Formats: sequence, C-alpha cells, structure tokens
Amino acid sequence: MSPVDDLTLAGVTLGSRLILGTGGATSLHALEQAIRASGTELVTVALRRVDPVGGRAAGGLLEILERCGVGVLPNTAGCHTAVEAAKVAHLGQEAFDTTWVKLEVIGDERTLLPDAVELVPAAERLVADGFTVLPYTSDDPVLARRLADVGCAAVMPAGSPIGSGLGISNPHHVRLIRQAVEVPVILDAGIGTASDAALAMELGCDAVLVASAVTRAADPARMAAAMRHAVIGGRLACEAGRIPRRFHALASTPDDGRPAL
Amino acid sequence: MELMLNGIRQSMLDGATVADAVASLTTRTRGVAVAVNSEVVPQAGWATTALADGDRIEVLTAAQGG
Repeated sequence: MSPVDDLTLAGVTLGSRLILGTGGATSLHALEQAIRASGTELVTVALRRVDPVGGRAAGGLLEILERCGVGVLPNTAGCHTAVEAAKVAHLGQEAFDTTWVKLEVIGDERTLLPDAVELVPAAERLVADGFTVLPYTSDDPVLARRLADVGCAAVMPAGSPIGSGLGISNPHHVRLIRQAVEVPVILDAGIGTASDAALAMELGCDAVLVASAVTRAADPARMAAAMRHAVIGGRLACEAGRIPRRFHALASTPDDGRPAL
Repeated sequence: MELMLNGIRQSMLDGATVADAVASLTTRTRGVAVAVNSEVVPQAGWATTALADGDRIEVLTAAQGG
C-alpha cells in the first residue's frame, strides 16, 4: 500500500501519483519493465499510422498495457490546431474506448511549448463533446485558470520543454498555478531526474507525468523506481510542512545545560 | 479506384469498404481507429462505408508517446 493518499482524477481513484508517458522507450520489453517498476496506474499513448512493414503492427503496445493493468490516456501529440487535436481526440476515443484525452496543441517546433490560442478552444470543444480533458499547458497561471474555467479535469503545466530534462524552470509559477485552480495539477514535461519529480510534489502538484526521463535513462526500470519513490517522498514532504528558510543558523541542540569546560 | 491509404497511393476494387482497407494493413480491429477524408468512421460503420476514388484513409493504432 502506498504511504500517500490516492489521487482522484475526474472521479477516478488512482493509487499512484506518477503517470508514465510511453514515448522514447527502446523496446516494448524495456517499456513494460519501466511501467511495472514505476507503480503507475495510468500511461499515455499516441495514435499513429498502422505500418506493418515499418514495424508498427496494430495491438502490440496495447497488449502490454493490458498485461500491466494500467489505464490508457491517449494524447494528441503532434497536433498544431484545435481542429486537428479535436479529431485526434475523437480517433483516440474510437481506438481506446475512453473519453479521456491528454490534449496537446503544439505552437512551436523547437520548444514544443503549447499554443495557448489554440489550446483553450480545443479544450472547450472537447469538454462539450463529453471528454475528460487533461491539457498540456505552459507554466502560465492565467492560462491554467482559463483551462480550468472551460471545464478541464486537470491542468498539466510544463516544468520546462518536453524531453529537455531541465527540470522546473519556474517553481514559483507552479505554486501560483496550484493556487489558481481547484482541479488537480499534474507537472508534465521537463523532468530530468528524481529530484525534479520530488520538487514538483513539494510545490503542491497532485501528480507528475514523466516520459523521457524514464524511457531514455540508461536504466529505465531503475529510474522508474526512483520516480515512484520521489513522487511519494515529495507528496509526504508537502503534507508534512517544510521548515521556513533562514538566513542564519538555528541550533537544534539546546544551549541550556552546556558544560563549562 | 485509386486512393491514399496511410499516405501511400493504393489501388482498390470498386465497392471496397473501410473494412477492406483496414484488413489490407492488419487483421486486428481492437485498438484501431479510422478517418476517411479527415472524418472519423466509427468501427460499427467500417463494413458499410464504401470508399470512393481519391479518398484519403488513415488507419491508426497505439504508438509510444508521452
């Protein structure tokens, strides 16, 4: 049993606050080992063309996810417009029999940061279509509030650009986002190592989504285990209440009773 | 008739359906979604949706992605 409380996302209870992205794994075997080591109960998948010649047969990935007993969260990776993202979301619903979607609308090829102008109407439309919308967003607290206002089930701010491993560039904004919305905040993108995931949780995030940091690590299963513990540790620390930062020292040993030598 | 199947030009017999197009790529139907000319075709309609010359068919499945 996890030492931290469950995550409730759109009415669904998840026993792990770590969500794993499946992108970047060198093999399905390595991915399966990482999923198991992570303890996650929800993983993201993309939709791409069936390509039996190129090695993308239909079904292989889904079989592994079923075997691991994890839920599937389809993404709209690679979409650049609201219209395109909405279509991919509906195709994901057809393929995976779920109304959940990790909504990504990319605005820039180099940073892969979201296009706010397309993202909000895409979210609004998909909410109206009955989807549980989990939008990948920037670390802008106002945008996060707009996404929550149109009915998103969570907001997923980027700590730093996807796959960069730069960690959380603006921890203060992550805190502001936590204050700005009632829905769960899931730190998504930019995590490089376990301490980044722990920091996200210490800042008050409800969950962390990690892909590249695990799948592209030298030992993905070991890093997945590290992330599992980091998320638990960060959650506990957040709830425990850290001591205030001080400019000077404050002795923990009492001065009273010190011998005169 | 000539059409585009997953970005590749293909010839198919007149009267071919979405189900035929899917079957040319995979024997599976679970975990597969189809769009014809950018519109989603639900699986229940694959066998009855006839394709036309010039159609663009996308047959999609789960891929690794963050």
